Amino acid sequence: MSIGAFLLRRLGSGALAILGASILTFAFLHLVPGDPVDHLAGGDAPPGARKKIEQCMGLDRPLPVQFARFLGHVVDGTLGNQCRNGDPSGPTVANRIAEVMPHTLALAVCGMLVAIALALPLGVVAAIRRGTWIDTLATTVSLSGISIPQMMFAPLLILWGFITLGWFPGPTEIGPQAIVLPALAIGTHLMAMLARMTRSAMVEVLGEDYVRTARAKGLAEGRVVFLHALRNAILPVITIAGLQFGSLLSGAIIIENVFSRPGIGSTLVDAIKERNYPVVQGAVLVIAAIYVVVNLLVDLSYGLSDPRIRRA
Amino acid sequence: MRLSLSAWLGLVMLTVYVLAGALGPIIAPYDLGLSSVDLQHQFEGSSPAHWLGTDASGRDTLSQLLWGARSALELSVIVVAISSAIGLAIGTLAGWYGGAIDEVVMRVVDVLMAFPGILLNIAIVATVAHPGVPLTVAALCANGWVGYARVARGQVLALRERDYVAAAVALGASNRRVMMRHLIPNLMAPAMVQMSFGLGSVILIEASLSFLGIGPQLDYTWGAMLDQARNFLWNSEWVKVYAVVPGLAITWVVLGANLLGDGLRDRLDPRQRGRM
Repeated sequence: MSIGAFLLRRLGSGALAILGASILTFAFLHLVPGDPVDHLAGGDAPPGARKKIEQCMGLDRPLPVQFARFLGHVVDGTLGNQCRNGDPSGPTVANRIAEVMPHTLALAVCGMLVAIALALPLGVVAAIRRGTWIDTLATTVSLSGISIPQMMFAPLLILWGFITLGWFPGPTEIGPQAIVLPALAIGTHLMAMLARMTRSAMVEVLGEDYVRTARAKGLAEGRVVFLHALRNAILPVITIAGLQFGSLLSGAIIIENVFSRPGIGSTLVDAIKERNYPVVQGAVLVIAAIYVVVNLLVDLSYGLSDPRIRRA
Repeated sequence: MRLSLSAWLGLVMLTVYVLAGALGPIIAPYDLGLSSVDLQHQFEGSSPAHWLGTDASGRDTLSQLLWGARSALELSVIVVAISSAIGLAIGTLAGWYGGAIDEVVMRVVDVLMAFPGILLNIAIVATVAHPGVPLTVAALCANGWVGYARVARGQVLALRERDYVAAAVALGASNRRVMMRHLIPNLMAPAMVQMSFGLGSVILIEASLSFLGIGPQLDYTWGAMLDQARNFLWNSEWVKVYAVVPGLAITWVVLGANLLGDGLRDRLDPRQRGRM
């Protein structure tokens, strides 16, 4: 299969998945009890104000028309209107998402850097000292990273970094220093997965003939490990890291909540709680699109860097 | 079955959890009803009366922990049972019949995997003001079955090429019989691995939901304890204990489930040893 056909096929199934996710969200929002107008206007709002919000959201139209309207807003790039006061010319959902998205992306990127910085040494050490207590220790540390709930770890980080040491700004701050603690919280979780991946990839590579050759010609162990082994072991690790980028977004839902940070995760949770249909739909669409695109990019980069996969 | 040391450790950890969940409410030193509210003894330290101290309303922490084990155990066993039954059935059907059924199932799987799973869970429990246990179970099963379906489908695709399956078909066995007698028993082992991981992840998700204030409105869950604790985190030395205890309980269960799952997988496929 040529790369073009592959790309086309994957884009097609990705678009289908995003559409499906949108339909699913739409169905959930509309088939269940709970009136968005109550939340946005307040329970005892005058009928006129309620009517305005209803019209702004298009809730007075049949469901298929509402969904078509949503698709229309996807095409024109506004993702619909937030309808805060029933004002159809107010800020759009796209505005709101564009406003918070940089915070989430910064958090995800910093979290990924933390994860890689912790995972590579842990995994490499575990692989070199395989079967010793160092290996067991490194494995236990990385397993705990997955097992410790972020709901405990993140508040403790705040306690330690903000209250006890006073080195870092507390919750609700968004400066460059304020990203340290949330990035640590989100990164340790991912670190676990990457460290174990690094370890198994290194173990495999260290058993290869070319590593034996490198050792046989008398290269220093450091050169063998870092230049010969790690360079080859790092590819699958990067792949997993890329695939996990999406999971950083779901991690952001909890972390942004604990740290009261603006972001797509906290926006979405707020919107779900207040039943703001257009915002929920828009945020889910954006997250699903990021998921699909990241997975596609990872697959592509994998295929490009390894010709054996490209042909298959 | 020969298992590695860490898998045994995981099994022991899970056994302790199951015992705590089964016996917890019986051995818990205090009731947790309204009568147990004791505003004279808020955030107390460890004492003979309250081993792990008390919470914001003076209730015994240890008792909450044990009741929390009961709710976590109930929820995780029910969710794993339902979602594995649904997932294995769907995955087996898709793998065996292939064609249109397979295509539809895989597209649905694609959709469910196109956004973070916890979003769907949140969306479902947020549909009512006070989600009960049944709705939380439904929310967790709504995408919980996907992992099992993928495992089952993959296994069936491999198994259907086996000679004994061909032999069964040649002897005139019905589709139903092939699936029930030849396919499902042979995919139970990998399904067990998935169940073990599932046990841990159900607890984490439930705790996340409770933490966001939209969990099952049970009297006590570990997630609800964490949520309560963080509001008082800066108040007193003993709040920190209250905040850490349920977190450690969750860590204990998830770690146990992961150790056991890893061990079972190593046992099934030695090539994967040490991988995620």
